[in-house]
Amino acid sequence: MNMDKTPPIVEIRNVSKSYRRGSIPIPVLTDITFDIAKSEFLAIMGPSGSGKSTLLNLIAGIDHADTGSIIVGGQDITDMTETELARWRSGNVGFIFQFYNLIPVLTAFENVDLPLHLTGLSKRQRREHVEMALHMVNLDDRLDHYPGQLSGGEQQRVAIARAVVIDPVILVADEPTGDLDRKSAEDVLNLMERLNTELKKTIIMVTHDPHAAQRARVMKHLEKGVFNSI
Amino acid sequence: MIIPRMIMKNAFRRKVRTSLTIFAMAIAILAFGLLRTVITTWYLGLEISSASRLITRNAVSLIFPLPLSYYDKIRHTLGVREVSYGSWFGGIYISEKNLFASFAVEPKSYLDLYPEIVLSGPQKADFIRDRRGFIAGRKLSERFGWHLGDVVTLKGTIYPGNWDFVLRGIYKGRDKNIDETQFIFHWDYLNETVKKTFPSMADQVGFYLIGLTDSHMSADVAVEVDKMFKNSPAETLTETEKAFIMGFISMIEAIVTVIQVVSFVVIIIILAVVANTMAMTTRERIGEYAVLKTLGYSGLNIATLIMGEAFVISFLGSLLGIVFTFPVAHYFSTALGTYFPVFYVKSSTVLFDLGVAAIVGVAAAVIPIRQAIHIRIADGLRRIG
Repeated sequence: MNMDKTPPIVEIRNVSKSYRRGSIPIPVLTDITFDIAKSEFLAIMGPSGSGKSTLLNLIAGIDHADTGSIIVGGQDITDMTETELARWRSGNVGFIFQFYNLIPVLTAFENVDLPLHLTGLSKRQRREHVEMALHMVNLDDRLDHYPGQLSGGEQQRVAIARAVVIDPVILVADEPTGDLDRKSAEDVLNLMERLNTELKKTIIMVTHDPHAAQRARVMKHLEKGVFNSI
Repeated sequence: MIIPRMIMKNAFRRKVRTSLTIFAMAIAILAFGLLRTVITTWYLGLEISSASRLITRNAVSLIFPLPLSYYDKIRHTLGVREVSYGSWFGGIYISEKNLFASFAVEPKSYLDLYPEIVLSGPQKADFIRDRRGFIAGRKLSERFGWHLGDVVTLKGTIYPGNWDFVLRGIYKGRDKNIDETQFIFHWDYLNETVKKTFPSMADQVGFYLIGLTDSHMSADVAVEVDKMFKNSPAETLTETEKAFIMGFISMIEAIVTVIQVVSFVVIIIILAVVANTMAMTTRERIGEYAVLKTLGYSGLNIATLIMGEAFVISFLGSLLGIVFTFPVAHYFSTALGTYFPVFYVKSSTVLFDLGVAAIVGVAAAVIPIRQAIHIRIADGLRRIG
């Protein structure tokens, strides 16, 4: 349990999740309970198949737990419908993926603008937000570039700008440096560290990379669906 | 809005594939449009047929004549305003490939009964005055370069020999549905010659045309006329012009049905082509749709993206096909004028084409939308990389 005095931003209680292979249930997470404090930078490590990405998906509201409850930012997302979850994600969760997952037919500006179309912001307000986010990741001069015209590191920085532009409650990152060279990975980790320390963003990062995990303030190790060390 | 922009960009992401699909759609719409035009052309006669005209023919078959002596009896039937008569001539101009509709009619009453045939006053008077005179439709006279006063010789097929006529008028159709390829001349000229050469065929007509005082009386008049000639050597069958034309169409109904089936098969094939394109597209972009769903975009947004792309492809193909249809139909009209005197693309055919494009767009997108909406986000994201 997190012993920080600030109230937890994420509360996970007795969460279990299994997948079915044919008629056989394969347990992935077993009775997980833990909290994540506000403005935390948490790294979840573990071998392949340990359930870390599944746990991240549950926290981010893109999958449902079989049992238990998940509360994020004071909202219980456990029993939300798909539509409710989609609406909730659009305003509360910023996503950073291993393969950046930018839309190739949209420019850097349009990719960052994408989540803002689901808000009630005016065109001018959206432009201000997008420019600010891209300025923060040092890509002011790449606004009109398409993902194919950017390096891997630059694409991941655009993805980070897209994640933070909505000012989310939590940022979830699944192997954010997994597809980057060492230098670009370092830039991305520096950026995430800054988001955490300067903007007080809560970051939950899943990674294989011990070097990346060391940049987090808290590290958890998941193995066979249970935490075995903190 | 970002969604329309993404639809347009997505549609042309695979330029070769999209272009080929649009081209295939255009060809399908062209084929569909032409086949529909052939069908509508066959039914065109029904549209222009008048409810206040009846046609009386021999009850056994159209090929058997009726005596001219029936004229007066029909003329004095209650509800009859005017009666004309005529015979199918079946003339050939120079060679057999130049076959067109040629009729011998009583000219004054015939022109009175057919106000759709528009002829200038002087030309009408010249035609009625000259027993060897004939009038030709605008298209027919243009096709053979005939001018007023020209002597034209037809070779008779039913009435053997060479028949000389003088062109006294060139008529136009009151609207574009009217056949402008007919050759109309005096029945008297035919009858006088037949009296000398084939006396047994004289004073007989192929059909009577009856103009009614009131179109509501058509059924009563038809019954009355047929009753007058019951048990005579030449019993009659009187029916409305529409029923008469429908009788012709029913003879070739099987062909019309086949054409209709083929036209819809063409659409089913193109539907499969567009659906295949959309299925490939969706499979390639399933990861992107998962990302959009992750960001909070709804299933409706994803459906709009896929449906929009299918619509762009089907409508661009359809518009291209419609644009092609007009010159090709014009070529058909020129090349096949003998078989289709009136052949043009109706606005209803264009609307039909656009309707087909909409159906293809919707149907082609249904399965891909289902796949994209129902895939779990985690599974979709796993397809990336």
